[in-house]
Amino acid sequence: MNGAAFIVISVFTLAAALAAAALPNLMHAAFCLVLALLGLASFFFLLGAEFVGLALVFIYIGAVAVLIVFTILLTRRDSKEHHGLNWSGVLIAFAVFSGLMWAVLKTHLLSIVPPHVRALTVKQIGQALMTSYVWPLQCVGLLLTAALIGALVLVMEERR
Amino acid sequence: MSSALDQIFVHAKGWLLSWIAGAPNWVILITSSLINIFGLLAVFLTLFALISVLERKILGRMQNRYGPNRVGPFGLFQPVADGIKMLIKEDIVPARADKVVHFLAPVVLAAVAILTLGVIPYGRNMTAFRIDGGILFFFAVGSATELAVFMAGWASNNKFSMLGAMRAIAQMFSYELPLIIAVLPVVMVVGSLMPDTIVAAQGEYTFGIVPRWFVFTPWGAAAFMLFFVSGLVESNRTPFDVPEGESEIVAGHMTEYSGFKYATFFLAEYLGMFAVSGLAVTLFLGGWHAPARMLEFVPSSIWFFAKLSTLLFVYIWLRATLPRTRVDQMMTVAWKFMLPMSFTCVIAAAVWHYAGRGLRGWLWSLFVILIVYTALSTLLDTRRKFARRVYRFAE
Repeated sequence: MNGAAFIVISVFTLAAALAAAALPNLMHAAFCLVLALLGLASFFFLLGAEFVGLALVFIYIGAVAVLIVFTILLTRRDSKEHHGLNWSGVLIAFAVFSGLMWAVLKTHLLSIVPPHVRALTVKQIGQALMTSYVWPLQCVGLLLTAALIGALVLVMEERR
Repeated sequence: MSSALDQIFVHAKGWLLSWIAGAPNWVILITSSLINIFGLLAVFLTLFALISVLERKILGRMQNRYGPNRVGPFGLFQPVADGIKMLIKEDIVPARADKVVHFLAPVVLAAVAILTLGVIPYGRNMTAFRIDGGILFFFAVGSATELAVFMAGWASNNKFSMLGAMRAIAQMFSYELPLIIAVLPVVMVVGSLMPDTIVAAQGEYTFGIVPRWFVFTPWGAAAFMLFFVSGLVESNRTPFDVPEGESEIVAGHMTEYSGFKYATFFLAEYLGMFAVSGLAVTLFLGGWHAPARMLEFVPSSIWFFAKLSTLLFVYIWLRATLPRTRVDQMMTVAWKFMLPMSFTCVIAAAVWHYAGRGLRGWLWSLFVILIVYTALSTLLDTRRKFARRVYRFAE
């Protein structure tokens, strides 16, 4: 059953990703990107890593996708025109893909037979974050607070 | 006897599953999920029909007029008539609209609302979708609502729709913060993101009389109020129905929808309201637990739905009582009052925990909340510094 689910989700994710790259209407492409992200999240669910999957849905579909559609809405007036294939984009995508493939193939840690890993519960992740990873967590929190204050400063009404 | 009555739905499901006992494992798994989904939909669509007529009755009562009373006894068949009317109405799609996205937006919105209903425990052993990070699931899936609203606003190709969607997204993002942070103290105190564990933690009684619901602690009461108000905003209901303010922008993101698609928006709004009230019951009002030990013979699901109905009544009551808020006032309250107060709830819960969870902790956390509340309300008091109003227009 897991194999069947894997195939269904893979086909769905790849089709959505392809549509996101190929659709002429940018807004449609953004919505297809959301579908592809949903497929990725379901991969994590299939692997038993529900926390990562939920975080992906939360951050990427709840926040980043809205940011993307708003950016398209507010910046592009010609979003309906077709510009043809962007070859530099293809080149960059190919470079990133081959770099990742090279890294994956060079890694010796990946064995063909999957080791038996017990899925982490949310509670274990929370405890790890609060004990051994508390300093990285604090740094991320500080960074995000700085970003929030920066955004506020940017949009503050200028006093004349 | 009482436990058999309590578990009647669980046993019914077991009986249904016993019919296919010999089947492969995945068939049983899928059938079990389908039974859960069917039960959930049956209950909540019925509740939607019931609430839609009861709301009009209650609103009528509060505004000194009759509600709907023509169709069936006491107008109870009104939802049937409404449903038929909605189904046979013409479905108008604007010529310049994006057909596919225009069609998908209400579907996505309703699907999200139904998904969030799944993680709430409706009774002992009655959670449709039992998952370790249930609370996280609720908010993660719920955050897709904003995208659906944007889809509706953008695809309609209408300025009122787009403005309504912008307003809706702004208000949902602003109030999602206090909504989630108000949940944090409960998660912290219980030490779990699973709704069933949170309900189980509220099962005992202090001195044998007062149930240990979180709403009876100072931080819990404050967080409950913050959660309730934020939930009111999230479900776009009066007094926070700014996105669909009829007097300003026709119907917001629903302007270009008619017939059954409009009904689907309506359905999604109500299902979202049920979900957020259900989560409030789970987190703060003890879930399906009875309010006293001697009342525990009543089935747990009845207690859950009694509490849910009470909250829904308050929703309707507020709608009948309050006028619509202004956009800027709403945003001010979210960022300057609700957000600091919800952080205070987190701190007060920590104080309550470290002072021993007893009377001493109760008083200390009350002290913390009162101090911050007084400070905030003094700081935000606008009565004395009312300046001349200056209008700034977009350049």
